[in-house]
Amino acid sequence: MTTRELGPRTLLSHTQLTRGKGPAIYWTLLIAIVVIFTLAFIGPLYWMVTSALKTGQEVAQTPPTLFPANPDPQNYVDAWNNLTLGKLLFNTIYYAGGALLFQLVLDTAAAYALSKLRPIFGNVVLGAMLATLMIPAMVLIVPQYLTAIDLPILHISLLDSPFAIWLPAVANAFNIFLLKRFFDSVPQDLIYAGIVDGAGPLRILWSIILPISRPILGVVSIFAVTAVWKDFLWPKLVEPSPETRTISVGIYAFAGGTPQNVVIAAAVIAAIPTVIFFLIFQRSIMAGLTTGAVKE
Amino acid sequence: MPSATVAPSPVHASHPAPSGRRPRKAPAQRITNNVTGYAFLIGAVLCFALFSWYPMVRGVVMSFQRTRRGVTTWVGWDNYERIFQDPSFWTAWKNTAYFTVLALVLGYAVPFVVAIIFNELRHARGYLRVLVYLPVMLPPASALFLFKYYAYDPSEAGLFNAILKFLHLPTSQWMQSTSMAVPAMVLASTWMNMGGAVLIYLAALQNIPGSLYEAAELDGAGLFKRIRHVTIPQTKLILSLMAMLQVVATMQLFIEPLILANGAGTQDSATSVAYLIYQHGFFQNDLNGAAALGVIMLVVLGGFSAAYVRLSSKQD
Repeated sequence: MTTRELGPRTLLSHTQLTRGKGPAIYWTLLIAIVVIFTLAFIGPLYWMVTSALKTGQEVAQTPPTLFPANPDPQNYVDAWNNLTLGKLLFNTIYYAGGALLFQLVLDTAAAYALSKLRPIFGNVVLGAMLATLMIPAMVLIVPQYLTAIDLPILHISLLDSPFAIWLPAVANAFNIFLLKRFFDSVPQDLIYAGIVDGAGPLRILWSIILPISRPILGVVSIFAVTAVWKDFLWPKLVEPSPETRTISVGIYAFAGGTPQNVVIAAAVIAAIPTVIFFLIFQRSIMAGLTTGAVKE
Repeated sequence: MPSATVAPSPVHASHPAPSGRRPRKAPAQRITNNVTGYAFLIGAVLCFALFSWYPMVRGVVMSFQRTRRGVTTWVGWDNYERIFQDPSFWTAWKNTAYFTVLALVLGYAVPFVVAIIFNELRHARGYLRVLVYLPVMLPPASALFLFKYYAYDPSEAGLFNAILKFLHLPTSQWMQSTSMAVPAMVLASTWMNMGGAVLIYLAALQNIPGSLYEAAELDGAGLFKRIRHVTIPQTKLILSLMAMLQVVATMQLFIEPLILANGAGTQDSATSVAYLIYQHGFFQNDLNGAAALGVIMLVVLGGFSAAYVRLSSKQD
């Protein structure tokens, strides 16, 4: 191993890694770890994709076969047609996209106000928002549902309306916190320069702050989309009709009366968009995860 | 005692405007400033009010009321008494506590060990990181159907049973067995969720200065002593924070029993407090009981947080 490869000092010293039996042990362990983790984390996914290509008979076979004997995409076709996956996928994308848009507009505006405009009691509002992070979602589920089916004052029901997903998504204290902390780091001098040039608050947000904040906007967008895609109970409650369901809820609803292989084929189709999304944005996702947790 | 060599000038004293702060503005401008500020805040504040703050208060209020045929009356502690008499209540708490403890052992220790190992590797680190995080991105419903139909299939065609048989170990009924239901849920949940913790620990490990390990090594500390006296103290803060977050997350155990065990499981062996909230609220038409259950859960978690703050402040 070269010095560059060795990198910074960790638990093991460079000497331990390079002298005597060090390299031999290192390489053996490395290969073992890569094999074990690939089996543990890709293995189940491989199993999922290929088992859905098997016939019902072959799946029930003991011991299970490693490769499908006659790969048959029929289960995927059945899943797509019988579970109306096209419609469900469209719904989920529609909810995720809308939630993203609402969060980008309203949460960015709120974080900007809390970070730069600082109206009176701004800190109280921020505190009240952050306090919601301590309350488990399950505790609120019943009163939240009752609110969604009969909005106070307006007395309209959001049941089966996309707003039942979009509006609660805005109440995301973690994303507001991430945005606010990033905006805090934008130098005040830039803002003053904008004010001197006669820019109003909206103009400053749009032309000065947002262009600098692209990395954090990316992170927040990813969180916003994956949260809607992965959510289960809330969409199950507020989008109950077959026409408005999300894909996870739809698969669950159909699971009872559908052959196992078809359900798994549907589960694979539901997972493909997030997996592709992850592989494209993995750098930002991982960076965002650790900025939220470790810094400070 | 240091004498006042740099006495604050009287001008500063009468105008407390610390540097870096905005200069003081005329009252009229301050009002416009506040109005614009709240104009930007209003959308998010309304959403929080509707879907977080108001439901919070409403949940507590509801837990002391009963609504029958559209008529709401105050009933004091009736809902709580009814909930305590439900035999499933204690089973649900027992399962949730068992799940939380097992998830702490597996879902807390395993990611830390994995992160320590990954941090020692000089190759394939990027690949391994993507690997462990991949399940986090799957919709939980997808991943759980995979576990339900293939991994936990109680016949010998099931993946886990095939492996056990191959190793000449006794096979298991998994979710259909009363004793394996909770451990099986923990296993699935750890597989789905550990990626996030691994990445956070990895980032924390990378912040440990290498000189500390060198110093420990010079003092003759072996591998495990270095972990105990350098790695763990240096990551203590993030470790304890993650423990707290994990307890909050695992206590909400819901989708695992719903999908893996079709709900409560054999003889309530998989039921959880969160599942009970769902049952009372949306199947037994007992929204008030569900609200009471929510308040109980909040109190228990509050107790946990208080104990956590107590413990962590004592240690410092």
